[in-house]
Amino acid sequence: MDDTTLDGNAAGGILREVFPFELTIAEETCAHCGATRTVGELTVYKSAMGTVMRCPTCEQVLMRIVSTRGRYWLDMQGVRVLQIITEL
Amino acid sequence: MSEGFISRAFRGRRQQSDVAGRLPPGQYLERGFPVLSAGPTPHTPLEQWDFSIVGNVKEPKRWTWEELLALPHETPTVDISCVTKWTKFDTHWEGVSVETLLQQVDYDPNVARFVIAFSDGGYTTNLPLADVLGGKAWVAFIYEGQPLAPQHGGPARLLVPHLYFWKSAKWVRGLRLIERDEPGFWESLGYHNYGDPWKEQRYWGD
Amino acid sequence: MERTALLGRLTWQLGEVVATHQETARTKSLTLSVPRWAGHLAGQHVDIRLTAEDGYQAERSYSIASPPEDGQQIVLTIERLDDGEVSPYLADELRVGDKLELRGPIGGYFVWEERLGGPLLLIAGGSGIVPLMAMIRHCRAVGSTIPTRLLVSSRTYEDIIYRDELERLVGTDMTLEVIHTLTRAQPPGWTGYSRRIDAELLRGIAWPVEQHPLAYICGPTPFVETAATDLLPLGYEPTRIKTERFGPTGGS
Repeated sequence: MDDTTLDGNAAGGILREVFPFELTIAEETCAHCGATRTVGELTVYKSAMGTVMRCPTCEQVLMRIVSTRGRYWLDMQGVRVLQIITEL
Repeated sequence: MSEGFISRAFRGRRQQSDVAGRLPPGQYLERGFPVLSAGPTPHTPLEQWDFSIVGNVKEPKRWTWEELLALPHETPTVDISCVTKWTKFDTHWEGVSVETLLQQVDYDPNVARFVIAFSDGGYTTNLPLADVLGGKAWVAFIYEGQPLAPQHGGPARLLVPHLYFWKSAKWVRGLRLIERDEPGFWESLGYHNYGDPWKEQRYWGD
Repeated sequence: MERTALLGRLTWQLGEVVATHQETARTKSLTLSVPRWAGHLAGQHVDIRLTAEDGYQAERSYSIASPPEDGQQIVLTIERLDDGEVSPYLADELRVGDKLELRGPIGGYFVWEERLGGPLLLIAGGSGIVPLMAMIRHCRAVGSTIPTRLLVSSRTYEDIIYRDELERLVGTDMTLEVIHTLTRAQPPGWTGYSRRIDAELLRGIAWPVEQHPLAYICGPTPFVETAATDLLPLGYEPTRIKTERFGPTGGS
């Protein structure tokens, strides 16, 4: 871990741009180690390049998002399953 | 909506300087050295550290930390430009030229036309082989006279100042020579495959 | 916030600064009137975007300090970082009448509402107190009797954000306790804690785990990681500890 690490809620803004759901309460299963966590618990690295979300258990990349010039680039290879809760 | 909204009197940290012609298009002059991260800072002990050239080569070649340091050093002073728009002038580095390393490897440059730089933590970036030859690239381990700090890529990073700085892979551990180009970490996520700051090649399609 | 997690697109909107209030030497609260504010939960944040005349933009996130009960007005408390790009503008330049581009509320994970229960253990490092103060103000506004303990780590007595308000709240509300620790300097006669948070300090003030407490920790990243790690030996379940790391900046 680093001084620069943030929590899943720090990715809340960009996730709200892409998904019409509150994704920080969604649950993801890591494709690498199988750990299932709430998105809000993930380790987030945010910079002007983009947002990278990693599994707190194995540190592998779960999701990467870049927003540029009228496009979003979303890589979710690291997520085996994403459970989006639609009703609270 | 708030399209076109301007924040009264906001300028940010940017410096007003007479830098006409020296700044690549769309860049501003930065006095600090911003740290951008995509993952945790690796801390590989130097006894375990090595640098390899692998892939489309006759035989892979590996250098330990001591072996790398024993090679001839160069001390380039270069401007560096990040795709996030900051540029630093006259940064001072010390390292081993990638050309020096590749001279010790047997490969066919007509076949191995591209390289992928790979780093601790899994970061990758791709470049044409020609862009790491001819005195254009180094494996750098000293910055401004001090050992390169971990948050800036220490113990060693790739330094390729003629391209946007995401190509200067932090925590570099080697180069893989390849026949067909493969986009790296940022290149596969919307950033330009080549990244020439003078042509403002920031994003895919530029 | 709606009772469904399905939401519309998050758009940038303009808020107007209607009031400013200097909290400490380095922190300032801005009250913004946001015409199309859809409400929020305590703990959520907004993204602020500043745009220069040449199109240069800078974006930062700030926690909302005010409770949901404040309606169309939200309060942000800004810590001015000397080498910051956005915070000096917000703290020094922005005046009543200025507009500010923002988007939110953001974040559904680091939130508290009464139905989530308690007792609450709120641990704040420096400006990490902001979202926790929203929770305390919300708790008060709805008349909740859920017991709350707030542990605040500040550099000095003068650096304690919301110090007077907290004193008033503690004086009138039997369910709120505030424990301070001052890490850099203490005033004469100080009888409170005077060190960085550690496992022993937490053991002294944390709710016993049998009471099934809910913990929220907010502040600079190293502070939050230390506090969260130190709570685990007390038996706190990881799912009952929520963290919001602010990154490398901010003082405690």
